[in-house]
Amino acid sequence: MSDPTSTGTPDQQEIRQEFMRAGAQNIALPGVTAEESALPVGDVGKPRSLWQDAWEDLRRNPLFIIGTILVLVLVVMAAFPQLFTSVDPRSCSLSNSRQPPSSEAWFGYDLQGCDVYARTIYGARASILVGIFTTAAVMVIGGLIGIVSGFFGGWTDSIASRITDIFLALPLLLGSILLLTAFPSTAETPELVVIGKVVFALAILGWTQLARIMRSSVIQVKNQDYVQAARALGASSNRVITRHVLPNSLAPVIVVAMISLGAYIGAEATLSFLGIGLQPPVISWGIAINDAATYVRTSPHMLFFPALFLSVTVFAFIMLGDAVRDALDPKLR
Amino acid sequence: MTATDVTIEPGSESTGDEPVLVVEDLQVEFRTREGVAKAVNGVSYTVDAGETLAVLGESGCGKSVTAQAIMGILDTPPGFVTGGSVRFKGTDLLKLPDKERRTYRGESIAMIFQDALSALNPVYSVGRQIAEMFRVHRGMSKKDGMAKAVELMELVRIPAAKQRVNDYPHQFSGGMRQRIMIAMSIALDPEVLIADEPTTALDVTVQAQVMELLADLQRERNMALILITHDLGVVADVADTIAVMYAGRIVEQAPVYDIYHRPAHPYTKGLLQSIPRVDAKGAELYAIKGLPPNLIRVPPGCSFNPRCAYAQDVCRADPPPALERLSGTRAVACHFHEEVLHGSRQ
Repeated sequence: MSDPTSTGTPDQQEIRQEFMRAGAQNIALPGVTAEESALPVGDVGKPRSLWQDAWEDLRRNPLFIIGTILVLVLVVMAAFPQLFTSVDPRSCSLSNSRQPPSSEAWFGYDLQGCDVYARTIYGARASILVGIFTTAAVMVIGGLIGIVSGFFGGWTDSIASRITDIFLALPLLLGSILLLTAFPSTAETPELVVIGKVVFALAILGWTQLARIMRSSVIQVKNQDYVQAARALGASSNRVITRHVLPNSLAPVIVVAMISLGAYIGAEATLSFLGIGLQPPVISWGIAINDAATYVRTSPHMLFFPALFLSVTVFAFIMLGDAVRDALDPKLR
Repeated sequence: MTATDVTIEPGSESTGDEPVLVVEDLQVEFRTREGVAKAVNGVSYTVDAGETLAVLGESGCGKSVTAQAIMGILDTPPGFVTGGSVRFKGTDLLKLPDKERRTYRGESIAMIFQDALSALNPVYSVGRQIAEMFRVHRGMSKKDGMAKAVELMELVRIPAAKQRVNDYPHQFSGGMRQRIMIAMSIALDPEVLIADEPTTALDVTVQAQVMELLADLQRERNMALILITHDLGVVADVADTIAVMYAGRIVEQAPVYDIYHRPAHPYTKGLLQSIPRVDAKGAELYAIKGLPPNLIRVPPGCSFNPRCAYAQDVCRADPPPALERLSGTRAVACHFHEEVLHGSRQ
């Protein structure tokens, strides 16, 4: 590195020397390279991005480990229920009606004489599907509306925000009850259509929270210098959104989405309990709880096991969401 | 490269004898709830290849807004360019449609920012961010882009560039981050580089290194450099010409030597006097009294009059004369520039 006093025109050198004599502040000291030598080079280990940092945090978080194990078990249960039970949940015999737990049927039998353990295992599929599909739908709808209103601002924002407010004013459960009552399912409706209806009812009313979070997150990110810097260096609006705004504003949305995944499973159970969500022959925890409700006092096992699984599932997703939030935003801890 | 891209001749011949960048009578206003603030009010300046123009002034005097208007990254609303022209090699950028104008950003005119930490995207490695410039504008592959990124990081003197290319912005020190920002901005060989307070967030020794780097790069590539700063020490080193701004106008424009030795505007004089000096140790540090005016309610007459030691009735009544040429290279906008120049009063 050359001596800075030797650069510039003779005039500039003169001015510089004069300032140096006078000891003026903020004039460069020649030859100081403290910064370079103080830098650790090479031995800093593998570079880590924010997401990698978050992952390092998560790996050590017992909350995350427990949550992940629970969720993994539940997902496997939903995908391959036959791994957990060899009993067919649909082969029932009325002679077993409301039998309490025994060595033959660990969780006892329900009103129709079906194995409660098998039905609880098979019930995971509907609940998890509803939870995942609803969360995905909510993230897409809410995320898109949030980005558009946050990024473009002005009248676009006004319209999008008012639409959000209108949907926010409709209570989730009441609205879904109305929707599902208007388009009821029967025993003949295919299973996926029944699930789809519930997902639709929950998603169409549930996206507002995510839209609002996305919007405020985008507004915060869009005013960051790196967004302006990207524009100054020639990035298009599309590029600014996908490369700079979206990745930086996603964290709070992911956290809330994970926590609400549990809540959607709970809402599905509520709707099924009310008899308008999932319908038999679909097997679901909500339906099982509904069936058991009448016999709580005489046969509590019919209620206890599906309710336990439901609670643990909701709990697992909330725990996971909390852990992810801690990792992504340590300030909230 | 797509068909809409403008091809730019290597080298930096300007069309005719006009300088590379000509800003003429630029007007920018911010429409806020309290009223309309004229943030930039008739600013004109030119920079030619290899030349450095320093734009000097207090916070809020419109120096950064001018730069944003040139780049076309003004936040609209509330900011609106209401008049004037910005000609790059004869093309008025303000008249171009958005899409066409974007092709100039980064390619022809690039900008670096004050705080390099917030100007770099935290979720991508620095190498990837530099490589992006080549991938977006030149359609290079990921691998070639990264190779170019290492090259550029070496060019801006980042030690162990090969090892650090995959590091993230938060793993670099302030000076190194600013170097990375500089690497990004010169990646496409722009002809004009605007540096908006490039060293303000850095400590003094690092400031010198970064300024030296900028000056070297400018010389090697024959770029036109617009250096926005409020630090007179930084300017003395590298600038050819200085434009002093106050309340949205240029109040004095002169070669660096003249400004430092014989300021012609009371504001410039005040700025120079308020530099702390060791030979005046113990004495009270001079400060220009008062604050810059609220741009929504600029005082009548000369906007500097409430703070000016030379102010007379005429300054409170009449706007100052338009930027008036004193000699071939100097210009000043003050009723009493003769008195200031000769230091006859006070």
